[in-house]
Amino acid sequence: MLADAKKNSESESSATLLEVKGLRIEGLSEKGWQEIVCGVDLKLKRGEILGLIGESGAGKSTIGLAAMGFARDGCRITSGEIIFDGIELCTASEEQKRKLRGNRISYVAQSAAAAFNPAHRLLDQFAEGPVDHKIMSRTEAKEKGRQLYRSLDLPDPDNIGERWPHQVSGGQLQRMMVAMAMSCGPDLIVFDEPTTALDVTTQIEVLKTIKEIVTARNVSAIYITHDLAVVAQLADHLMVLRYGNLIEVNSTGQILEAPKQEYTRALLNARTRHEQTTVQISDAETLLSINSVTAGYGNGLDILQEISVSVERGRTVAVVGESGSGKSTLARVITGLLPPRSGEIHFQSESLPPALAQRSKQQLQKVQMIYQLPDVALNPRQRVRDIVGRPLSFYLGLSGKKREHRIIELLEHIELSEHYIDRLPDELSGGEKQRICIARALAAEPELIICDEVTSALDTIVAKAILDLLQRLQRELSLTYLFISHDLDTVASIADQVVVLYAGRIAEQGPKTAVFQPPFHPYTRLLLSSVPEMRQGWLEETLSTHEAKAGIAREVKITERGCPFAERCPVAIPEICVRDRPPLQTPASGHVFACQHAPEMLLDHFA
Amino acid sequence: MSAKFGILVVLIYSIVAIFAPFIAPYGEREILGRSFELWSDKYPLGTDNLGRDMLSRMIFGARNTIGLALSITILAFLLGSLTGMIAAALGGWVDQILSRIVDVLMSIPSLIFALLILSIFGTSVPYLIATITVIDATRVFRLARATAMNVVVMDYVEVARVRGEKLDWVIRKEILPNITAPLLAEFGLRFCFVFLFISALSFLGLGLQPPSADWGSMVRDNASLITFEDITPLLPAGAIALLTVAVNFIVDWLLHKSSGLKDVS
Amino acid sequence: MIHILKIVTQRFALGLLTLFAISLIITFGVELLPGDLAEAILGQGATPETVKVFRTELGLDKPAHLRYLSWLYGMATGDMGVSLANKREISELIGIRLSNTIFLGGFAAAISIPLALFLGILAALYRNTLYDRVVNTFTLTSISFPEFFVAYILILFFAIKLGWFPGISNVSTNLSLGDKLYRSMLPAATLTLVVVAHMMRMTRAAIINLLASPYIEMVRLKGISPMKIILRHALPNALAPIVNVVAINLAYLVVGVVIVEVVFVYPGLGQLMVDSVSKRDIPVVQACSMIFASVYILLNLSADIISIVTNPRLLHPR
Repeated sequence: MLADAKKNSESESSATLLEVKGLRIEGLSEKGWQEIVCGVDLKLKRGEILGLIGESGAGKSTIGLAAMGFARDGCRITSGEIIFDGIELCTASEEQKRKLRGNRISYVAQSAAAAFNPAHRLLDQFAEGPVDHKIMSRTEAKEKGRQLYRSLDLPDPDNIGERWPHQVSGGQLQRMMVAMAMSCGPDLIVFDEPTTALDVTTQIEVLKTIKEIVTARNVSAIYITHDLAVVAQLADHLMVLRYGNLIEVNSTGQILEAPKQEYTRALLNARTRHEQTTVQISDAETLLSINSVTAGYGNGLDILQEISVSVERGRTVAVVGESGSGKSTLARVITGLLPPRSGEIHFQSESLPPALAQRSKQQLQKVQMIYQLPDVALNPRQRVRDIVGRPLSFYLGLSGKKREHRIIELLEHIELSEHYIDRLPDELSGGEKQRICIARALAAEPELIICDEVTSALDTIVAKAILDLLQRLQRELSLTYLFISHDLDTVASIADQVVVLYAGRIAEQGPKTAVFQPPFHPYTRLLLSSVPEMRQGWLEETLSTHEAKAGIAREVKITERGCPFAERCPVAIPEICVRDRPPLQTPASGHVFACQHAPEMLLDHFA
Repeated sequence: MSAKFGILVVLIYSIVAIFAPFIAPYGEREILGRSFELWSDKYPLGTDNLGRDMLSRMIFGARNTIGLALSITILAFLLGSLTGMIAAALGGWVDQILSRIVDVLMSIPSLIFALLILSIFGTSVPYLIATITVIDATRVFRLARATAMNVVVMDYVEVARVRGEKLDWVIRKEILPNITAPLLAEFGLRFCFVFLFISALSFLGLGLQPPSADWGSMVRDNASLITFEDITPLLPAGAIALLTVAVNFIVDWLLHKSSGLKDVS
Repeated sequence: MIHILKIVTQRFALGLLTLFAISLIITFGVELLPGDLAEAILGQGATPETVKVFRTELGLDKPAHLRYLSWLYGMATGDMGVSLANKREISELIGIRLSNTIFLGGFAAAISIPLALFLGILAALYRNTLYDRVVNTFTLTSISFPEFFVAYILILFFAIKLGWFPGISNVSTNLSLGDKLYRSMLPAATLTLVVVAHMMRMTRAAIINLLASPYIEMVRLKGISPMKIILRHALPNALAPIVNVVAINLAYLVVGVVIVEVVFVYPGLGQLMVDSVSKRDIPVVQACSMIFASVYILLNLSADIISIVTNPRLLHPR
C-alpha cells in the first residue's frame, strides 16, 4: 500500500500541473472589447518553471492571472480551457477558485509596497492565508512565517513580521511577499514582474530568494518578465509572447542559443551588450565643468556632496547610480531648476548663474534635456508641430515656411516622416514619443543634451533603437551628451566617460575602459557584478562568488561623514571608513576613485 | 440618455430666458387682477400675492435668476481659476498666501458668510454679486489649483520652464489646455451651486429685491397657498430643481466620459 | 506617539488660528462700510444727533481694535452684547435656540449617517448594477433640489394631504422628547433627504476608489472570502475617507438647517439669524456667524484628527 502511494506521488510529480488550451481574453479599451490574448496554449509540469517573456502589451500578466482563473476588471476570458490539477478553472465556481487561490496557487505582484495592506502588520498578512484556508492555526502560521523569514536571510526574522509595510524597504518587502506566497505551501506560484521596479543590487537578492523557494521546495512557477536575462536564471522553459500571440516556446537553453523566430532574435540582440570603442578626440574642449557642487532640497540633507565632473565637447559622459544616488538631482542642478548650495558650474568657460531665472536665453538654449517618461514630457494637447516648433520660434525666431521646413528636417533626423507633424502625442507609440522629445531638444540647437534615463521606460527593442539614434545623431551633429542611467548595459554601450555616484558622492569616475575593467571601487564592482548576464547559471555563479553578500539589498543612505558605502562594503576598514572621508586616488590620468584602499590592495583583495 | 434630457432642458430654459419679453403674456411687474387668482385661461397659472400673472413672472424669473447665476459663475470662474493656476504655477509664498486666504474663507459656511456680509451692506444686487462671486471663487480656486498642480509636476511643464518660458505661456499653453475638462465639469457644478444659493437667499428674502421676478422669492411670497393644497408655489421651486437636475446630468456624463472607462467592470 | 501628538497639536493650533481669522473677518467686515454702521442703519433721514447717540450705543466711538478685543472677550465669556432690535441680551436670545438647532441637526444626523453609509457601501459593492443606477439617478436628482422645494413637497403631502405631521414645528422646552421628535419630524426628514444623497455619493466614490487598490486585488488572489475582504481589508482603510464624508455632511447640515428652520418656522438659531439679517441687527448676526463657523471648523478639525490617528503610517513611523 505504502509503496503504491509513493509510486503514485512520483508519477504525479512528473504529471502536468497546469494546462491551458486555446486561451482567449478580451480587454475593454476605448474602441470596445478587443482581444488581448489570442489563443495561447501552455503546459506546466510539477516542479517546473516557465518564463513568460514579452514587451508591454504582450498579454503576459493577463495570462498569468488567468492561470489563477482570475481576470481583472475590464478583462474577460472568452474561450479556452484552464485546467489546474484536473480542475477546469473557467467553469469552476467562484467558491472553488477561491479555495485554490492563495492556497494551491499563489501570486507575487510587481510592487510589494502597493500589494501589502497598509493597515495590517506583515506577519498578520502572512498568516491570513493559511488561517482562512484552515490549514493551520494563527500561532502555527506565524511560527511558519518566522521560519521562512529566517531561511530567507531576512534581517531580524523574529521581529520583522511585527512591522508595518511602510516600515520595511522595497527589496525586503518584495522578499516578504515571496514568503507570503509560500505561506500555504502552494503547488504553483505566479510571479508577475517581481523585480522590475528594483535596483540591480536589490534585484539579485530577490532573485536569490525566489530561486531558493522554488528549487528547494519543488514548487512550479510561472515567471512573467520583460527581461530575458533575469528569467534565464530561473526558468526551465521560455514562452515568447507578442501582442497576445505565442511567438516561440522552447527550453531556456534553446531560446538563448538558437532562437528560431526573428522576434526572439531581436529581443536577444537588444539585450546583449554592445561595447563600442570610442573615438578619441584629440585636445577636446571642456564644454561643461561642475566644480565641487553641493545641493539639496529645502532644509534637507545634501543630496549631492562636492560633485566635480567635466564634460568634453563631442563626448558622452554617463552618470550611473542606484535610486537615491542623486543622479537626477545633478541634472536639476545643471539645468538651474535646483540652485546648488555651494560650488560652481561653468559652461564654455563662462560661469552659469545658479538659478534658472538668472540665466539668459542663450545660456538656456545651449543645454537641453530629454526625459525618462516621454508620456509626461510631451504636452498631450499640443501637436508635434507646436512641440518641435516652439524652440524654433522661441530661441531662433523662426516662423512661417522656414519654421515648417525646419520641423520637417528635424523629423527626418529622428527618422519620422513629415506626416507626423499634425499628430498629437496620444497618436504616437512610446518610441515615437521619445523621438519627438529628441527632436524638440535638437530644435534648440544645443551644445549639451542631458539624457535622464531616456531608455528605461521603453521596451528593450525600442530602447535599443533610441540608443542607436542618439549615437548616430552624435556622430552627425557632433553633440555632447550627459547620460544619466541606472542601467550599466546602456552605459557600457554609449559612454566615453563614466561617473559612478553613490549616496550623493562620486565613488569613481574616469574613461569607461578604466572604470569598468579592472574595477577599483568596491561599489563599481558590486554594480557590475549585479547586472544579470544573458546566460544560464549566472545567478548561481554570482551568488557563490559574490564578494559583497553584506552589501546587497541595503538602502542607499546619505551620510554626513565617512564613506557612505562603508556599511555595504566587503572590504571596509572598521572605524576608519565610517569616520573619515575616503581620499581621492588617481591610478591613471583622468581616472579617480574615492577609497581608503590603494588600487593594488583592492585588486589583490578581489583576485 | 439622461445627458440628452439635460441638454434639452438647458436649451429650453435658455430660449425662455433670452426671449422672455416675447414669450410672456404679460409684463413682469404688471398688476393685473386680484391676488391669488386660480388657474384660468386668462392667467394660465393664476396670479400671485399682488395679483401679477404667475406665468409671466415665471418666465421673467428664468431670465433674472439664470442671468444672475450665470454672470456670478463666470466672474467666479475667471477669478478662481486664474488665481488657482497662478498659485500652482508659481508655488512658494504666492501659493502659500493665496491658499491660506482661501482656507480661511472656506472655513466659514458659505450661507453664513453671505448672511453676514448682506446684513452689513444691505441687500443690493452689486453686493450680492460680489459676495457670492468671492464665495464661489474660493471653491473654483481649490479645484483649479489642485488640477493645475497635477499638471505642473509633469515633465512637459518643466521643459517649458527650462526653455525660459514666461508665466503667462506656462499657464495659457501648458496648464490651461490640460485642465479644461475638469474645469468645464466644475463650471456646471458651480453654476448649480450659485443658482441654488441665489434661490435660497431670495427665498429668505435677502436675494433679488422686489419687484424683480425671481423664483426663490416667488416661492416665499406664495407659500401660504400650500395650505390650500395649491401647488402653484411649488412651480418656481420645481423650475429651479429641474434646471439643476439637468445641469447635473450633463456634468455627470462629462465626468464619466473624461474619467475614461475606469468605473466600468 | 509623540510624532502624532505633534501633528494633532499643529492641526489644533491651525484650527484656533482659523477661528481667530474668522473672528477678525466677522468684526472688521463692518469697517468696510462706506461711512459707518450707524449711518447705514439709520439711513439718510436720521439727524446727526440720533446718529451720534446710536454710535455711542454701538460703541462705534471707540477705536476698532478696542472694540474687537472687548467683543472677543465677551464671546469667550458668554457675554455677547445686546440686540439692536429689542435690546435683549444676545446670549439669552441664542441659548434656547442653539439647543433647538442642535436637537434638529442631531435628529437629522442620527437618521442620515447610518442610512447613507449603508446605502453608499451597498452602491459601491453592487456598482453598475440596476440598483446602483437607480440610486445614482435618485441622489443626483435629490442633491439638485433646493431645500425649500423638498420641504414644501413634504409639507404638501405629509402635513396637508395626509395630516400625519405638523407643517409648523413650534417646539418649546416644556415638550416631552416624543412630542419634540414628532413636531420636528418634517424638518428632520427634509435635512435627511438632502444630506443622505450627498453622503451616499461620497461614500460610494470613496469605497470604489479603495476597492481598486492593488492590495485588495492581492487579497482576492489570496483566496480570502469577499465578506472578510470588506471587513478586514477595506473597512480599516475606509475609515478615514468615511469620517471625512460624515464631517463634510454634518457641516452641510449646519448650513442647511437655516433654510429648513425658516420654512418650518422652527425656533432655532438659523431662523434667528435670518430675522436679524433682515433687521440688520448686526451684533446678533455676528454672534450667530461665530457660532456657526466654530461648529463648522470643529467638525472639519475632528475629521482631520481622526484620519491622522487612524493612519498606520503616522501611527507607526519608521
